[in-house]
Amino acid sequence: MKVSLNDIRKYFGHVKANDGITFTLEPGKIYGLLGENGAGKSTLMKILSGYQAQDQGEILLDGIASSFKSPAQALASGIGMIYQDPHDVPSMKVLDNYLLGRSKGLSQDRENGKGELLATAERMGFPIDLKVYIDTLSLGERQQLELLRLLALGAEVLILDEPTTGISAEQKEELFDSLRKLAEEGKTIVLVSHKLSEVQELCHQVKVLRRGKLVGESDIPCPMEKLVGMMFEEIPPRKERESYVRDEIILNVSDVVLESDRVIVRDLNLDIHQGEVFGLAGLEGSGQRLFLQACAGLTHPTSGRLFLKSEEITRRQYHKLQNTGVGYLAAGRLEEGLVAGLSLLEHVALSDPESKFVIDRAYFQELTEKRIDQYKIVGKPSTMIDALSGGNQQRALFALLRTPLKLVLLEHPTRGLDVRSADHIWQLLLSRVSEGTTIIFMSADLDELVDRSDRIAAFSGGKMSRVVKASETSADELGHLIGGEE
Amino acid sequence: MTWRKLLQTGWPIIPVVSALLLTGFLLIAFGVSPVDGFGAMLQGAFGDYNKVLNVTAFWVPLALSSAGLILAFTAGLWNIGIEGQIVMGAIAASWLALKFDFPSPWQIVFQLLAAMIAGALWAGVTGILKTRGRVHEIFGGLALNNLAIIFTNYLISGPWQPPEGGTFRGTAPFQEKAILPLFADSRLSLISVVLLVIALISVYLLLRGTSWGLKLKALGKNPRSAFLLGVSSERELLIALMLCGALAGLGGAVRVTSWFDSLRQSISGGIGYLSLLVVMLSNFSVVPTPFIAYFFSAVLNGSITLQLRTQLHSSLGGIMTGVMVLLVLLFGDIKVFNFFADQKTKELADE
Repeated sequence: MKVSLNDIRKYFGHVKANDGITFTLEPGKIYGLLGENGAGKSTLMKILSGYQAQDQGEILLDGIASSFKSPAQALASGIGMIYQDPHDVPSMKVLDNYLLGRSKGLSQDRENGKGELLATAERMGFPIDLKVYIDTLSLGERQQLELLRLLALGAEVLILDEPTTGISAEQKEELFDSLRKLAEEGKTIVLVSHKLSEVQELCHQVKVLRRGKLVGESDIPCPMEKLVGMMFEEIPPRKERESYVRDEIILNVSDVVLESDRVIVRDLNLDIHQGEVFGLAGLEGSGQRLFLQACAGLTHPTSGRLFLKSEEITRRQYHKLQNTGVGYLAAGRLEEGLVAGLSLLEHVALSDPESKFVIDRAYFQELTEKRIDQYKIVGKPSTMIDALSGGNQQRALFALLRTPLKLVLLEHPTRGLDVRSADHIWQLLLSRVSEGTTIIFMSADLDELVDRSDRIAAFSGGKMSRVVKASETSADELGHLIGGEE
Repeated sequence: MTWRKLLQTGWPIIPVVSALLLTGFLLIAFGVSPVDGFGAMLQGAFGDYNKVLNVTAFWVPLALSSAGLILAFTAGLWNIGIEGQIVMGAIAASWLALKFDFPSPWQIVFQLLAAMIAGALWAGVTGILKTRGRVHEIFGGLALNNLAIIFTNYLISGPWQPPEGGTFRGTAPFQEKAILPLFADSRLSLISVVLLVIALISVYLLLRGTSWGLKLKALGKNPRSAFLLGVSSERELLIALMLCGALAGLGGAVRVTSWFDSLRQSISGGIGYLSLLVVMLSNFSVVPTPFIAYFFSAVLNGSITLQLRTQLHSSLGGIMTGVMVLLVLLFGDIKVFNFFADQKTKELADE
């Protein structure tokens, strides 16, 4: 099926997620869709797969204008999407899950469905067992099953969002073989990815998005430098700042293995010095968040060891680490960090480790006013946290960090803040660093990483790259590392 | 003033008026004039001095367990097991009343303490099942409710059977000094009212002025954020449940030692489930709770007179309170009215 996107636009407030994207996908070809975080890849694919509607522009399927109100409608028109998290029902058996959404009306045609599923699986070369429950399968197997389901439902266009994150090398080979086979049969395939080597290996053509616009197209093979150049903008030269790095090692990571259902981080070895600002690059879900959570005691390594100074903290719980001077700020403000419905003062009182049984209102009133002033929060101690603007919520989170701190772990510390607020946050952080605090942070913003870090490492598909010095690196080098190239 | 604003300011009235209207229609449907019907209910609740005392006596344990539930709900816990906690409190008080003999004031003091401990422990089982066994407190509570009722039946028909032979209805009446001093000729004990006032004020102060209350609020509103801010959920949740259980157990003791004079088959009379409705109607805040509980008590006791006068079943009172709570839950969250307006802003770029 030939798919033409014509001037697709999607705005979220003032953010232009898709800003007039036009391109055509031919049947029988595999396309790679590249771009860094926030480039607009996912938004575009969600529009194409009926998950959300565009504000403007049209989608033509074989020349006919089409619009979908739901993924089911898109699928009925022949467009199927496989998400990073397969949209299946974990508590169901393989066959039942497969029959879901397939049969119309009340009756289920189990026998035909079974035959069909086995035949398609055979053709694709996927080994499947109909009787097992979905939640006992690996991510790769669930993905295969989802692919079979979409094919049975008549998908002519298949979109795969980062399909190789969290699956084994063997499953990746199986997947790629089957995708090649499907392309030969005339299906149109889109691979959303940031792994340049995979795009090179599998795709016929690549399309690159940046800031909501299509900035480049190229046939594969294509030189790596060219791809990286299209994906990332040039970074302005790093502003010089004083380094507070001391000799002592504050965090020692040796042979750590971390597992989540999304990604597996293997053989992590790293030494981080006191007073260092260490930046973690990489696209969402590449393992850097898992690493931060392991340092915070929110998850524990399946093997390997973690040391804070000379104390082993491999299996230490979050609250204990908090008391020994480790701070952690998650990316979701109102989900993980702030409590909607409580005031600023209540947050300050709640996060105070020495809070007495009866709350000393006058004391916390004064303390909260001091923090409000220091962190330039627009609000009063009695203001409900959810009544603050996003930027002020972010600053409030920083205002709740304890003092003193040995180590601060930050996810996207300045996401959503304007330049001046971001700068202010970093000034406050750096004043802590000058007193000996160490910062490890992850960010999707290459400028921020290069500007603020002493050293940077990138994560890609659970693997940490070599560590580079922020003062000597370039967008080009980071782009390669994020893409999984050495 | 738009109609939405009107709704926002006047919403608490809506469910109450709607429930009255609906009950009125039911009365008409059964051929009773609503004026007569409601009149009979009012008569039954406040018609004379004794009736007022009766309503008050029924109110005390109901308000006690409601006060406890506020703690549990603040922490985000659905303590359905409150019914069983009341029963266990009643059993513990009965045990001391039947089998022990302490000097006069101590008899009652120990009975009440034993009831609070029993209620707290029974709630603690639900809590441990939740924090350690990952059994949701609703399921754990329901199971424990059944066990508590079965245990009562076993005691009544077995070891605590009155000497003159089992009637399956209750134990022998307690010794005189085990009964709370009663006011006038009623089933109301002023001591229990004093205890209730103390309980309400304590719950109010705990939630308003202490760091523990603040932790409970944070846990109830957002457990993940509370955890990240340093709140240990297991301990606080367990304490909240056990305090709730202690107040419910106290309520159970009041039931056996003033409303009744012995352990009966349906000792709680459903006040545990009723108190769940009370706190839902009060939106889990302390101040309106005793008043709503009193209103419930009046409606339920009033509908007994309604039955005598009109031959309509007294469950009409139950229907009325039930409908009221349903309507509050339906309209209670005023955001319902903004539902469609909010949809747009919820769609955020999530890349």
